[in-house]
Amino acid sequence: METKSREIYLDNSATTRVYPEVAALMNRIFLEEYGNPSSMHHKGVEAERQLRQARQILAGILKGKEKNLIFTSCGTEADNLALIGAARANARSGKHLITTRIEHPAVLETMKYLESEGFEVTYLPVDAEGVVSPDDVADAVREDTILVSVMHTNNEIGTVEPVAEIGAAIKARNPRTLFHVDAVQGFGKAAIYPKRMHIDLLTASGHKIHGPKGVGVLYVADQVRLRTILYGGGQQGGMRSGTENVPGIAGMALAAQLSYQTLEEDQRRLRAMKTAFVERVSRIDGIRFNGRTDEKSAAHIISLSAEGVRAEVLLHALEDRGIYVSSGSACASNRPHISETLLAIGTPKEYLESTIRISTSVMNTPEDLESAAAALEELLPMLRRYTRH
Amino acid sequence: MKYQSFLIKYAEIGVKGKNRGLFEEALVRQIRLALKRCEGKFRVSRTSGRIFVDALEEYDFDEVTGELGTVFGIVGICPVRILEVMEPEELKKAVVAFFGEEYPERAGRTFKVRTRRLAKNYPLDSQELNAELGEALLEAYPELQVDVHEPQIVMHMELRERVYLYSHVLPGLGGMPVGSGGKAMLLLSGGIDSPVAGYMIAKRGVKLDATYFNAPPYTSERAFQKVVDLAKEVARFTGPIYLHNINFTEIQLYIYEKCPHDELTIIMRRYMMRIAEAIAKRTECQGLITGESIGQVASQTMRSLAVTNAVCTLPVFRPLIGFDKEEIITVSKKIGTFETSIQPYEDCCTIFVAKHPVTKPILDVIARHEHNLDEKIDEMVERALATDEILIVDRDHVRVLKKAEEPLQEGM
Repeated sequence: METKSREIYLDNSATTRVYPEVAALMNRIFLEEYGNPSSMHHKGVEAERQLRQARQILAGILKGKEKNLIFTSCGTEADNLALIGAARANARSGKHLITTRIEHPAVLETMKYLESEGFEVTYLPVDAEGVVSPDDVADAVREDTILVSVMHTNNEIGTVEPVAEIGAAIKARNPRTLFHVDAVQGFGKAAIYPKRMHIDLLTASGHKIHGPKGVGVLYVADQVRLRTILYGGGQQGGMRSGTENVPGIAGMALAAQLSYQTLEEDQRRLRAMKTAFVERVSRIDGIRFNGRTDEKSAAHIISLSAEGVRAEVLLHALEDRGIYVSSGSACASNRPHISETLLAIGTPKEYLESTIRISTSVMNTPEDLESAAAALEELLPMLRRYTRH
Repeated sequence: MKYQSFLIKYAEIGVKGKNRGLFEEALVRQIRLALKRCEGKFRVSRTSGRIFVDALEEYDFDEVTGELGTVFGIVGICPVRILEVMEPEELKKAVVAFFGEEYPERAGRTFKVRTRRLAKNYPLDSQELNAELGEALLEAYPELQVDVHEPQIVMHMELRERVYLYSHVLPGLGGMPVGSGGKAMLLLSGGIDSPVAGYMIAKRGVKLDATYFNAPPYTSERAFQKVVDLAKEVARFTGPIYLHNINFTEIQLYIYEKCPHDELTIIMRRYMMRIAEAIAKRTECQGLITGESIGQVASQTMRSLAVTNAVCTLPVFRPLIGFDKEEIITVSKKIGTFETSIQPYEDCCTIFVAKHPVTKPILDVIARHEHNLDEKIDEMVERALATDEILIVDRDHVRVLKKAEEPLQEGM
């Protein structure tokens, strides 16, 4: 058995290692600036200053205002607040919602809950590459449609949705329909400007961009009516009660700042890595890439299926060589689960249980993906020798 | 304090003479261990053929009865009220009050009073006390009926240096106290059966060691975590379990390459038994335990069991041999392993299962095919035995005694 000489972490869409700068800042806040931002004294003011600064940074990145931001405990909470909060606040204008079949469970399960509350939900299909058509969205929007939710980047296959076009199409059909974008996998990887893209609500998360776990943010455009889903001390304008997670929020903002500082250069680098990997691995027999692999796909997500090899076995065989990937989407992979996204893009049955996801980040080097490709070249023929009968 | 003491009932039949003393000592030791996990101070005493647990300060009733409920050897737990010795008239009132508290619903129920008078100087003897107390109860609760042959309720009173009142019996697990019956090696998988098999043998007083076979990359770290969790549940009853984690990949792939595929499972199981037995002998276990039941799968037909059995010299205990799956599931739910067992992690028994494995293997044929492995198998078995990982798994903590790949130390 090979010894793990070095760890190659290629599961960055599950979560990331925090930037050392972020860890240092958070450590300082934990140990020194640990006040409650609502306190009157110096410690409180100090903490509030961190909060203000985080708001400023994130508002700058999204080209919005500080008051457009609500900090939450994670991306899932932000999605819940966006959908449930908007549905409840706008139920008098209608009870129709629209989303797609390939959303993250944080959106799909929340939609199911809203159905049980009497809302009607339309689930739009996607094409073979996982793309939602703006025309399909426009056709589905009705007089009583209060909200459309479409993800920015799919977590399993890396499809980047045409959110700006979708936003424009929605508003052309019904200017009162709100547009929510779950950008957990897109924030920090692409420029996102909600106002220009007709986005009213946008979800982002800290730990996918080398920030901490336990913090998310919901961007809420001006004039959007939202009802809180959490009652308490009235922090964040009463929209999200509970003492602010100051270290987490500051850490997330710094991570976003660092990510966006070198965004274009990083994206070029990740793109080149992905292109080279896809080219090399395509030469192995019985490999299929899911979704697009070209310029229009996310540079950091690669979904591939290896005929005749179960994803779990391939994952552990790679793990044996110190290479960490995921099977399907990490959040769902500890229960036997057929991916909704893979089904929605029409993946053939024999590939469904043979799909792994490789997701990179700025902390990976070209050599990392080369090692992964080399490992696949070596492992797949070997694993295919031992199969079930 | 509603109850000041618990009377511990234990199986007396079959344990006689000198063994009885040893049995009781082991039981008292296990009871003390169980009480250590409870809040409060207790005194455990053996007096005239009975074990009493006296509470010396406030305690949590559910916690104490729950912990005593995991001790093998206890047949029943009776919550006891202790009162000072008093005049017959006062005593009647006390018994009536206690009975009323114990049984708020009394309509149509039958009862009798059973007195044991150890304080011989009391003015009434046990016959008279039975009659007087029964009468007092009927007077207070006319909805009751007396039935001296098959009463629904037995109201016990013991007159000692103080008065002991009890009636309810909370059922215990039965069996024999752990440590009174030696030690055996359990072949533990992540399934439903093997933890139940281990539990059942442990219930006869046997301490458990366990062996698990992992096969990375075909099995995951989580599959092993699941097995550790199962061992933790079983350890609630048995105390700490030494868990040996064996890397079986190399052997399994070698069998796959060299032997007929419909015989993979049976040959694999023979090597598992050989390895488990080698560890068992090293750790002074006196038997092996498996969760097999006749006919459950191809490798558990009588013929298959015979072929598997042939590699062992230690006795192999199969307590589930006559159980149906449903019966096994019932016990696994009772002992709390079911929820963990059904987590969907693959273990190494299932990864290379042939579509039509042999159900009537012939020992000579299997043994002949095993000769295909002669070149490397001994060395592989040696390696698997030398590189095992050993954990000590207790109900609330796990300690690594030896990491995989480390050389074996004396005394493991």
